[in-house]
Amino acid sequence: MSKVVRVAAGQGFWGDWLEAPFRQVKGGPIDYLMMDYLAEVTMSILQKQRSRDPAAGYARDFVPAMERILPDIAAKGIRVTSNAGGMNPRGCADAVLAAARRLGLGGKIRVGLVTGDDILDRLDELLARGQELRDMDTGRPLSDIRDRVRSANAYLGMAPVVEALRGGADIVITGRVTDTGLTLGPLVHELGWRPDAWDRIAAGTVAGHIIECGAQSSGGNLLKDWRKVRGLERVGFPIVEASADGTFVVTKHPGTGGVVSVASVTEQLVYEMGDPKSYITPDGIADFTSIRLTQVGKDRVRVSGITGAPRTPMLKVSIAYFYGYKAVGALVYAWPDAHAKAKEADRVLRARLADLGLEFEQMVTEFVGADATHGRLAGPPDPAAPEVQLRVGVRARDKASVERFTRELAPLVLTGPPSVTGFAGGRPQVEEIVAYWPALVDRLEIEPGVRVEILTA
Amino acid sequence: MRGKKGKRVDPRPVLVSLRWLTHARSGDKGNTANVGLIALEPDLYPLLARAVTAARVARHFRGMVSRVERFELPNLHALNFLLHDALDGGGTISLKTDAQGKVYSTALLRMEIPVPPAVARRFRPRPRARA
Repeated sequence: MSKVVRVAAGQGFWGDWLEAPFRQVKGGPIDYLMMDYLAEVTMSILQKQRSRDPAAGYARDFVPAMERILPDIAAKGIRVTSNAGGMNPRGCADAVLAAARRLGLGGKIRVGLVTGDDILDRLDELLARGQELRDMDTGRPLSDIRDRVRSANAYLGMAPVVEALRGGADIVITGRVTDTGLTLGPLVHELGWRPDAWDRIAAGTVAGHIIECGAQSSGGNLLKDWRKVRGLERVGFPIVEASADGTFVVTKHPGTGGVVSVASVTEQLVYEMGDPKSYITPDGIADFTSIRLTQVGKDRVRVSGITGAPRTPMLKVSIAYFYGYKAVGALVYAWPDAHAKAKEADRVLRARLADLGLEFEQMVTEFVGADATHGRLAGPPDPAAPEVQLRVGVRARDKASVERFTRELAPLVLTGPPSVTGFAGGRPQVEEIVAYWPALVDRLEIEPGVRVEILTA
Repeated sequence: MRGKKGKRVDPRPVLVSLRWLTHARSGDKGNTANVGLIALEPDLYPLLARAVTAARVARHFRGMVSRVERFELPNLHALNFLLHDALDGGGTISLKTDAQGKVYSTALLRMEIPVPPAVARRFRPRPRARA
């Protein structure tokens, strides 16, 4: 039988189910555990944490998660790939090595540390060298926000992950490596795919996309026949069993809950999709219109037929910059006429803010229970609704007006429409907004600066 | 469908909610929400591809999004829609409950499309209910 590599998803985002990596390691044979922590929003949060504490800035949950499974992965030879390093991969690697030493695994665990994605200190040099770093969505030049930039990271692909694995790393810890690169890296390493075998690269990329959001491809958040999805309390996270020819099976451990079906995999494939013919990563381009899905057994979906195209000369860059401030607060109004009371409270609030002369870039009112998620498509509000939550958010460049807004909600309890409650949480918090600026950079400016180090506990 | 001479004319179509014909998932890219709309059965896909056009989806979401793009995935019996400027800036900027467009998918399922009565009978839970 030809070689099959099993890559299991252990986390789909920072904050995902803490039991998942442990159960993936314990529940059956796997070769790799892929732990994806980073989303656009996550990088902004990690940047904020690093700005307060230079030792922070990585997904801290990763360390206790690893501490719990280190004895097993050492005994079974399971290797881990993760972008938990976030804005501080070296700090993350140090913490994992310390955990290994605490467990008496000193000398037995090798960590592959990938750096070079952080280009904050190089921004002016890159601009001077003609890299414009314009906002990909709006076309605005970086100079519009240059003095407010907090972090800048290039999206790296699978290449440094492969290099770390070749170097013998048991645990590969990266910063902004793409979600898909964490799965593609092990497949390229194990199956001997050439980096320009574009159909194979596309196949490994699709495999990565299917498992990068954890249980979202194995029954979690599945809309089709959702009532029939059993055992979500012990949901099995997805596992890819990949072959050298680029085909693979998506499955999960026996005895776990959830479901792996054509429907569950399809819903994940279309998640966050743009142009399906051109799913662009640093490693190549995958054509999602080439994907064939076949149910080949219970909780087993075969994926085949995937074609790809050469990688582009550019890498995406994720830039975080200071934008302004926001605050969101809420009050709950009870039957009878819950919606009408909430609406009147919003009118009073807005009038008071106007009287104070406060100006906001944006003010959003939602009636949770009536229109918060579907807007006017939800139809007229139900006059018999047992309760409606008034949810109001404001956004401004200056902090003072947002701060003042947070003090105008509580007074509505005694000075506004009746039957109001749910203010136990107190005054809304003023939040700093660190926004996201997607840009492109020539990969030749970045790749020479990527470093892979093998560290031993 | 056209009733040309010599061709069979379909009986009058019935309006059916996409809720009974499709499933869907959505996500975000910046200030754009995507909705992947998947036929519940493969043979429904051609009907969906005809009826759920970019223009029709733009009308459905008018006032909520600026522009709609559509992509076809016949291999997955799915259509992908990009709803531009749907998220009040998206990401960390947005003040919306659904800042990342996670449930725009179900908002699209409120749309009704005309289908042959036989399709309505097959997929709608109460076949005799008025559309």
